[in-house]
Amino acid sequence: MSFINYSSKEINCKIVYYGPGLCGKTTNLQYIYKRMNPDARGKMISLATETERTLFFDFLPLSLGEVRGFKTRFHLYTVPGQVFYDASRRLILRGVDGVVFCADSQLTRMDANVESVENLRLNLEEQGYNPDKVPLVMQYNKRDLPNIASVAELHALLNLRNVPEIEACATTGIGVFETLKATIKLILNDLRKGGR
Amino acid sequence: MSQNHFVLREQEYGAFLSALRKLRTDAFAKVVFLVDKNGTLLASTGEAVGLDTTALASLAAGNIAATGGLANLIGEKEFSILFHEGERDNMHISVVGDRLILVVIFDRRSSVGLVRLRVRRASEELAKILVAAEESTVEDEGVIEELTEEDIESLFR
Repeated sequence: MSFINYSSKEINCKIVYYGPGLCGKTTNLQYIYKRMNPDARGKMISLATETERTLFFDFLPLSLGEVRGFKTRFHLYTVPGQVFYDASRRLILRGVDGVVFCADSQLTRMDANVESVENLRLNLEEQGYNPDKVPLVMQYNKRDLPNIASVAELHALLNLRNVPEIEACATTGIGVFETLKATIKLILNDLRKGGR
Repeated sequence: MSQNHFVLREQEYGAFLSALRKLRTDAFAKVVFLVDKNGTLLASTGEAVGLDTTALASLAAGNIAATGGLANLIGEKEFSILFHEGERDNMHISVVGDRLILVVIFDRRSSVGLVRLRVRRASEELAKILVAAEESTVEDEGVIEELTEEDIESLFR
């Protein structure tokens, strides 16, 4: 649920990066953090284990300029990808305005991707959303690695709603901002049309 | 208040802020924040300089969400009050009207008992403002609905 503050003239939206463990959700946020002008972003918070696996969430606030005199602010969150952190994932989806599904392109991770897509649908439903309506962008990450599935295969397996899909390599930044931009556009268009 | 977005207007913001200021004075607190359950800061008052209020709001909401998950596991609806004790400063976090989170930061000039007492009173006031805002029949001023494709594109130039 977006938050419009007429007093401070701000529109706030929440974006959640979802996907299986080690698919690159945190890496997406780290790249955005590194590349954004420091004036346009806040501090990145990572609640992670000692081995740098996301324990609860990563959080990165961004400001993207003004529309119609209103500052636009986007709060980016990641979920913990590991299967057993499902309770935390559900909590982080609360109030979400748009989701990036970060898929791991490696052939060996296809089962994990499918499981995570299904888990996303379930958890969105549990939070009262229609999983077919929530703004969603698919990011096919790790395109630089060997033994990866083709985009057509990934599409057939994961992109059941036929939403925008972007190939990425989050470690080098390829596709990272394109994904963010596509998601923000979907969210603002969705809000404009009256949303869900 | 629209169904799809939470709209905070000048009037409600002013009412929230004056309730927070009163609470801060009455409880001898350093800083008082009002955050929505999704982690967005609504209003704050006090010695907030140097504090990362955006991160604080997000983490307070995460804190309430996580303890709410714990509460559900033992058959409770939620734990509506959390208290964190530090060496210098302490933090009292409570849920207001099922939708907002009130965060009070205080030091040895105050006490947890006093803060709790004052928070209880302030929460009633804040909940009333929230209800009034939710029942408000004034139409959304339509800033989002009036956005054009061009407005959205302009963000990325």
